[in-house]
Amino acid sequence: MRVACPFCGDRDRREFTVQGDDTSLRRPGRDAGPLAWHDYVHLRDNPAGRLHEIWHHDPCGAWVVVERDTVTHAVHGVTLAREAAR
Amino acid sequence: MRVPGRGLTQDARLVPFTFDGKGHAGRDGDTLASALMGEGVRLVARSFKYHRPRGVLSAGSEEPNALVTVEGVPNTRATVQEIWDGMSARSQNAWPSLAIDAMGVNDLLDPFLGAGFYYKTFMWPRTLWERLYEPVIRRAAGLGRLSGHADDAPFEKAWAHCDLLVIGAGPAGLMAALVAARAGADVILADEGARMGGRLLAEVDPVEGRAPHLWADGVVAELREMPNVRLLPRTTVTGAYDGGTYGALERVGLHRAPVAHRPVECFWRIVAKRAVLAAGAIERPLAFPDNDRPGVMLAGSVRTYLNRWGVVPGPRIAVYGNNDDAHRTARDLAAAGLKVAALIDTRGEARIEEAGFPVMTGARVVGTRGRLGLAAVTVEGVGGRREFEVDGLAVSGGWSPAVHLTCHLGGKPAWDERLQAFLPREGAVPGLVACGAANGVFSTAGCLRDGLRAAGESLEALGLAVPPVEVPEAEGEAGTVGPFVLASGGRQFVDFQNDVTVKDIRLSAQEGFQSVEHMKRYTTLGMATDQGKTSNVPALAVLAEALGSPVASTGTTTFRPPYTPVSISAMGAGGQGVGFAPQRLTTSHQAALQRGAPMIEAGLWYRPSYFPRPGELSWRQACDREVAMVRHSVGVCDVSTLGKIDVQGPDAAAFLDFVYSNTMSTLPVGKVRYGLMLREDGFVMDDGTCARLGLQHYVVTTTTAAAAQVMRHLDFVAQVLRPDFDVQCVSVTEQWAQVSIAGPWSREMVQAVVEADLSDERLPYMGCAEAAVLGVPGRVFRISFSGERAYEIAVPARYGASLWRLLVAQAESLGGGAYGLEALNVLRIEKGFITHAEIHGRTTAFDIGMERMVAKGKDCVGWASSRRPGLLDENREQLVGLRPLVRTGQITAGAHLYGRDAAAMRENGQGYVTSACWSPTFETALGLGFLKGGRARHGEVVRLVDAMRAVETLVEVTEPVFLDPEGGRMRG
Amino acid sequence: MVRLLEASPAQGLGLPLSVGGATLSEVVLGPVWSIAPFAGRAGALAEKLGVALPAPDRVVSADDVRLLWAGPGRALLVGGVPPDLSGLAAVVEQGDGIVAVALEGLAARDVLARLVPLDLRDVAFPEGATARTLLNHMSATLLRTGPQAYEVLGMRSMAGTLVREIGEAMRHVAGREEL
Repeated sequence: MRVACPFCGDRDRREFTVQGDDTSLRRPGRDAGPLAWHDYVHLRDNPAGRLHEIWHHDPCGAWVVVERDTVTHAVHGVTLAREAAR
Repeated sequence: MRVPGRGLTQDARLVPFTFDGKGHAGRDGDTLASALMGEGVRLVARSFKYHRPRGVLSAGSEEPNALVTVEGVPNTRATVQEIWDGMSARSQNAWPSLAIDAMGVNDLLDPFLGAGFYYKTFMWPRTLWERLYEPVIRRAAGLGRLSGHADDAPFEKAWAHCDLLVIGAGPAGLMAALVAARAGADVILADEGARMGGRLLAEVDPVEGRAPHLWADGVVAELREMPNVRLLPRTTVTGAYDGGTYGALERVGLHRAPVAHRPVECFWRIVAKRAVLAAGAIERPLAFPDNDRPGVMLAGSVRTYLNRWGVVPGPRIAVYGNNDDAHRTARDLAAAGLKVAALIDTRGEARIEEAGFPVMTGARVVGTRGRLGLAAVTVEGVGGRREFEVDGLAVSGGWSPAVHLTCHLGGKPAWDERLQAFLPREGAVPGLVACGAANGVFSTAGCLRDGLRAAGESLEALGLAVPPVEVPEAEGEAGTVGPFVLASGGRQFVDFQNDVTVKDIRLSAQEGFQSVEHMKRYTTLGMATDQGKTSNVPALAVLAEALGSPVASTGTTTFRPPYTPVSISAMGAGGQGVGFAPQRLTTSHQAALQRGAPMIEAGLWYRPSYFPRPGELSWRQACDREVAMVRHSVGVCDVSTLGKIDVQGPDAAAFLDFVYSNTMSTLPVGKVRYGLMLREDGFVMDDGTCARLGLQHYVVTTTTAAAAQVMRHLDFVAQVLRPDFDVQCVSVTEQWAQVSIAGPWSREMVQAVVEADLSDERLPYMGCAEAAVLGVPGRVFRISFSGERAYEIAVPARYGASLWRLLVAQAESLGGGAYGLEALNVLRIEKGFITHAEIHGRTTAFDIGMERMVAKGKDCVGWASSRRPGLLDENREQLVGLRPLVRTGQITAGAHLYGRDAAAMRENGQGYVTSACWSPTFETALGLGFLKGGRARHGEVVRLVDAMRAVETLVEVTEPVFLDPEGGRMRG
Repeated sequence: MVRLLEASPAQGLGLPLSVGGATLSEVVLGPVWSIAPFAGRAGALAEKLGVALPAPDRVVSADDVRLLWAGPGRALLVGGVPPDLSGLAAVVEQGDGIVAVALEGLAARDVLARLVPLDLRDVAFPEGATARTLLNHMSATLLRTGPQAYEVLGMRSMAGTLVREIGEAMRHVAGREEL
């Protein structure tokens, strides 16, 4: 699999660490309550289709959001996590 | 036997080699198969299950029979292995010899050894299964034998990038590569064979008015001169993967005697914007009784051996097929002056011109004779049965396009009734287009045109113009193919390598294993190293007939990478031994080795375990001495491996408050604070110290093994969770060499090298300062992991080795010296300081007694989850100290804790031990561990049981600190 | 008077090493500093430095001093000491933690192809380019310094592994030449 780091260009999957889907972009407030936090820490959707995931490009240190199709493996877009919509 | 005047290598030099200890000679360019054939050797193997005599079936990597051991490497295909001077090859699966094989008796037991026999036989008496049947079957199974030695031949891995990858250098592939290269694309052309040309090397029909191999040579010569072309002969593209990545195995040095440093194989990863699959087609045989004798071969392969290598299995050959292509074999054999005993075509409607040999249409082969080599075939035709005496039988059931790569990403090929074959589905691999025989185009002219088409499509996608190219003239007769004919009775083999017969497939259908996936696994058809290349389609024909349904609906099994076997050595090239992972060495590494310190791996780092002195007989003696040294004099330890992260910026303090459970914004400049980092699920991730060097400047330390993880975590917080923080984090682990000096004499030692006032007033416990160290800019931290007065000095790494040696010499002059990880561990256990043995990922701040380090007034990573009631329950396993009741009692890490009188069973488990040591300071074993409700049970006696090491000890539960609980020694 | 002695990262590792068409030697980089501007300060930083920080995968040179792109919002100043940038950027010394080697020769690109997954063709990695990538399992900075010349910057502690693995690739490439 190849993913384009916005800084480094198209790179092989081996240069990346995959953290999982992009739930981290929507961190609840400290006092949002146990259900909200349980959801945030433990529950994930697992779609057959398009998914937004957070990846780390290990050599340069950039955290990015990758839109990927879990069925076709096509990569539809890569943006910086810093600039991603929350 | 050799056919004079035939073959492309007839003038090549002679190459001597041995087979089963007997000397032979072949020609340079011969494969082992062609060389043996030239020497008149037809018997080369015994089959897997029935130990039937076998010979060479094909001329390529699809070979299921001729697996030999070459220079100790088992299961090498004789049809691929090129011979070299003095090469030694041995047959497999036969004892004492190929001709007289004791296990040949299996062939007589075939009624008991059919598909799935191990589910139905060898069941009584039950006790004999494990003791007798299974070991015997296991020893009899398997093909080839491992040498038992580690493989230390050189292998390598490499990467290549291109615009267009052309897979296969036959007529279609050569055409595609030529057109694309002339258009200016970066082209990689890979071919399995040693010489490029594919079937152009095996046929005689002219291309551009010349022998076909001459046209191929001409194209290769042009490509070789072009700087935008990389030729990869002897390279099999083994797999298609996502993102235009292809795996390929190159046989770099297997065709020559081994030489140091020359790689045997290279595993390539090729990244291609576009790809053309021109991998050709694989011929399949027909099934008939005893169709597996040495001398029975694929018809197209017989042409390859005749036209390319000038050898045939013998002087008298019959040809048998269900298609027009087989006729070419009869034609070429006759033209070479060999006796064509008969040309037999299953199709009644076949029309064959008079060619000077007997022709039978609408006829079938119904049997063969000749145990160690084909002697005769029996044919049943319109006029009844006839027997022909032959040395070889060229068989063709048609050709299967090599679609495998198109299925590697999950695509399923489509059955074509007219071609009686599976064709690739367009778009099955994004960016890859199939052409030529791989796409069902079976004439040379058709392949050339199709290669041009594929190049055109690829160039368009690349945004390059197609150059004007003339398609050379060539033969254009694809011919037709008839259906499979199925006979009854006898041993009709379909999968030669796994010895699977027509009867096995019919049995599978009869017993209910009717889906092709079930049939495959029940019979093991297609599961050998040839992955069913010659057996897949014939098997489907048999299954379809048994089920009474067409092949199209029977479907096919999934093709997965690799296309041909890839040795683990190639895939893991460079990863053996020290190559497995990078070695991280401290600047004091050499000095430690010189002092005889054995090394321990801590993550990727190597750290000294202990420093033995003359007269010390065990590690314990050295360790006990080093602990005493630190407690009574002074010890020096390299602590450079701990992660060090520089954190700066207007929001540095707020950032650290969010990352740590406790508060760092209140830390005064010049002070150091111990901190905990939690995971978002509330469990402790790491502990370390945080030093404030300036209002917006901190240095964070982490444990050695967690350094990379914490760095990534800080980046994650800064970029993903809180991009609103204006902060920069940079790893300085490698920038600074850091040495710990611990013990009563530590201040004197440090003061001797640091040019600053280090009195307790200027540098109290948990203070830090930037200061010159022997003239070099450095840092001093007053922190302790041993419980003694201690300091850590940091200097730029270039001075690390020098500083360590100097300090150790100083320490030795004071009765102290260097100490290693064993002593470090004892010192910290005596003091009750925790490591990742205690914060192992499932303990919370509450569990380790540091609940107060989770500040209530702010958010931090893990704050909300850490407040879950279940993580604050009083009955959770809490950190305690453990001390044996009797001084000789043993404590081992990993032991479990039970009530004093409770049975050592899981239901009675009360906790476990995480750290243990012999304490020379207290002359007893000591331990740290976790005990249910432990904080309320100090003074209680529990039983420690280590079933693996047979240790059982009564221990007293104590505070998790043994030495100096008030900390007076550290704080000075 | 006691002084601390310096040791270079590749000391004692057998460099320079010449095998076939490639040579590996240690490079003394001089001072190396990481410069990472704080939010909204990139412009002021460029003014103070006299040059803007390089774009991704680019190197800016002036005399013997180079500015290498080193990651998101970060550059490495090689061969010089930065001026006072307080309040504008996080400035952190990095030179001691880096081992730098030069790989040169006709075979240099082929040698690198065994070690890095990067596209090394001229069109993708021309002279003056830099990239952060993996050399086997190690994060590394790669620079193209000439038609047949590269520099590799790795972590000091892994200098031994770096030299050993590049050397092995050099021997394998040279080993093919005899075929």
